[in-house]
Amino acid sequence: MATEILMPALSPTMEEGTLAKWLVKEGDTVSSGDIMAEIETDKATMEFEAVDEGTIGKILIAEGTEGVKVNTAIAVLLEDGESADDIDTAAAAPEAAPAADAGNEAAPAASEAPATPAPEAPRTDSTPDWPEGTTLKQQTVREALRDGMAEEMRRDESVFLMGEEVAEYQGAYKISQGMLDEFGAKRVIDTPITEHGFAGIGVGAAFGGLRPIVEFMTFNFAMQAIDQIINSAAKTLYMSGGQMGAPMVFRGPNGAAARVGAQHSQDYAAWYMQVPGLKVAMPYSASDYKGLMKTAIRDPNPVIFLENEILYGRSFDVPDLDDYTVPFGKARIWREGTDVTIVSFGIGMSYALAAADKLAEDGISAEVIDLRTLRPMDTGSVIKSVMKTNRCVTVEEGWPQGSVGNYISSVIMQEAFDYLDAPVINCTGKDVPMPYAANLEKLALVTTDEVIAAVKQVTYT
Amino acid sequence: MAPRKSAKKPNVSAEELKAYYRDMLLIRRFEEKAGQLYGMGLIGGFCHLYIGQEAVVVGLEAAAEEGDKRITSYRDHGHMLACGMDPNGVMAELTGREGGYSKGKGGSMHMFSKEKHFYGGHGIVAAQVPLGAGLAFADKYKENGRVTFTYFGDGAANQGQVYEAFNMAALWKLPCVFVIENNQYAMGTSQQRSTSSAEIYERGKSFGIPGEAVDGMDVLAVKEAGEKAVAHCRSGDGPYILEIKTYRYRGHSMSDPAKYRTREEVQKMRDERDPIEQVRSLLLTGKHATEDDLKAIDKEIKTIVNESAEFAKESPEPALDELWTDIYATEVPQEA
Ligand SMILES: Cc1ncc(C[n+]2csc(CCOP(=O)(O)OP(=O)(O)O)c2C)c(N)n1
Ligand SMILES: [Mg+2]
Repeated sequence: MATEILMPALSPTMEEGTLAKWLVKEGDTVSSGDIMAEIETDKATMEFEAVDEGTIGKILIAEGTEGVKVNTAIAVLLEDGESADDIDTAAAAPEAAPAADAGNEAAPAASEAPATPAPEAPRTDSTPDWPEGTTLKQQTVREALRDGMAEEMRRDESVFLMGEEVAEYQGAYKISQGMLDEFGAKRVIDTPITEHGFAGIGVGAAFGGLRPIVEFMTFNFAMQAIDQIINSAAKTLYMSGGQMGAPMVFRGPNGAAARVGAQHSQDYAAWYMQVPGLKVAMPYSASDYKGLMKTAIRDPNPVIFLENEILYGRSFDVPDLDDYTVPFGKARIWREGTDVTIVSFGIGMSYALAAADKLAEDGISAEVIDLRTLRPMDTGSVIKSVMKTNRCVTVEEGWPQGSVGNYISSVIMQEAFDYLDAPVINCTGKDVPMPYAANLEKLALVTTDEVIAAVKQVTYT
Repeated sequence: MAPRKSAKKPNVSAEELKAYYRDMLLIRRFEEKAGQLYGMGLIGGFCHLYIGQEAVVVGLEAAAEEGDKRITSYRDHGHMLACGMDPNGVMAELTGREGGYSKGKGGSMHMFSKEKHFYGGHGIVAAQVPLGAGLAFADKYKENGRVTFTYFGDGAANQGQVYEAFNMAALWKLPCVFVIENNQYAMGTSQQRSTSSAEIYERGKSFGIPGEAVDGMDVLAVKEAGEKAVAHCRSGDGPYILEIKTYRYRGHSMSDPAKYRTREEVQKMRDERDPIEQVRSLLLTGKHATEDDLKAIDKEIKTIVNESAEFAKESPEPALDELWTDIYATEVPQEA
């Protein structure tokens, strides 16, 4: 049967074009791949090839014609044995529905797409992290973190640790102390200084069925690897329609240490928290470092585990249990209170808790919530608390614009606006690169005094 | 070194030759059809055709064993067809439909098949290189004797992460064949204008990775080189580089004004070096097949391709609630 050759769309946005030149004439035979015409769009001139073989029966649009709409018939192609005389009777059929139809179908469909599911009314899990009567031991964050990793490596052969100085040197911050001895060089692997490359190898290994823990000496250096983290690790499950993903952990110290200047002091909480496909943990206490690390390693998704160098040496109570895990998306209420809700995570918690202590002396009762994971984020616990206290202050070390606190504020506005007696205040690091000088660095970081001042402001005291 | 050519008397059976002819033709006709559907507005966005490069994947697949892995860039349709993925599922992904390999959520550049050990389909130039080394890392860790084919372009060969991956692959002796598909252009930039060295495979030297140039228009030469590379990797000697000199007939993607090369350059390549024509003439002159045999293959391919186009048009668009699925896994997808 004779087929119509249609004006092609040669770019995603092309609607019409000029049929600049015919390179074939009526009666010519063409086979697939032969260039038939030149088509001009506003952007460029392009060649148009034959797909089927046959004879050009009739040219319907003369060369030089402008404004030829996509999918208009421009010529008729005859198969063996047909003649041009058959054309009118042959009811030449276009091969497919015109592009415009496909577009029209898609448009209303998109507008019907469900909006982000409305956040549920706070339904929070307030079970304690460990059963009453559990023996507790004092451990540093450093030890708890190592124990969490080591326990999971004993449990699952496919878990391994890779990064700069993790093996022979025992970890740049001594987190992996003793692990090379226990697990050997196959599973505790020193990498060259090549963040982009080893992050990619880690993601590929996860695609291939392993469970990598990729240590960044600090998260500042993970900027070199951010493409592999976001484009390869976070998005592949979605792009593959659920067929494969990257069950792995990217971990390392994040945020300001002490006196290391602008390039070694950034807090990436808000960056990673933004990305669907990633989970993000940023613990404060040693028990959470351990329990969340174990959950992170078992999670079938890529997890960003943001640690803090200053916290590494701090000691906390850790339950003496065989297999202690902490679920993602469950905040911990460190201190109950009635006058204001202070929300924080990571090292921000030390300012929040110190402020609450001082505020108590002034008769202000602060409820202090540690989010522990930022994605998923237990906003339910925050909302529930704000419904009680009617006031909220957020605390973090990162920069103010596009901060974690900004997001929490917007959730509170949408879900608990009527309960608010004062605007939410976000206490953050200052909007500057981190300075080196001791006094300026102190000024750049968020302080306990700033948290106290913010609470006084929202409680009008 | 001159690109490896196949030995005069190919050490392959008539059946194998015919299979290569068929597989290359399938890719060619499939891509032509994809181009046509693009022209009708049924395929959107970017669509990078593989026409001209067919001998690369078909030759290397002939050197692969069951369980070996492959990963490539956005120019991925040929790789998927060559490793046995279903043309219907590939075409339906191009049209963004439910029946596509990624349920319509990946598109031309992002497709995967756990079953066929095809790990994408990657839109970021060269990102697949460390990923491929990572797949090989997993195989070495599991000691399963498998090899990963990591494909990338001449343009991609200028990304830093390629050399980061080379270094670690050599250091850790990863079973990875790095396949540089040198089609001479990265979009509109020729190799001469982008690449300081004429022989890209030689860049492996400083890492101790052996490599060679291969005539990528000759499927038998590709197969032979592939077998050598695979044997090297499987024996535990670490990675191998194949720089396969090939050519893409079509534009970089569908909207390519092609002002960076002459029409004569393309035509000359088609007339004198076409990989499919070469095998066709080998089959006919060697009396391994008759014109009629080949006609029958052509017809079979045409049917498969037309069916894939029909399937890709008929398959519905994904359900709207698909927007919210596959963002997080609830359990680890198992290795196929
Ligand atoms: C990191 C990155 N930079 C730029 C692009 C845009 N881009 C897509 S393909 C391409 C050319 C790549 O050429 P080559 O590696 O030779 O592969 P070929 O297209 O020839 O197969 C460019 C610049 C991209 N997708 N990713
Ligand atoms: Mg190229």
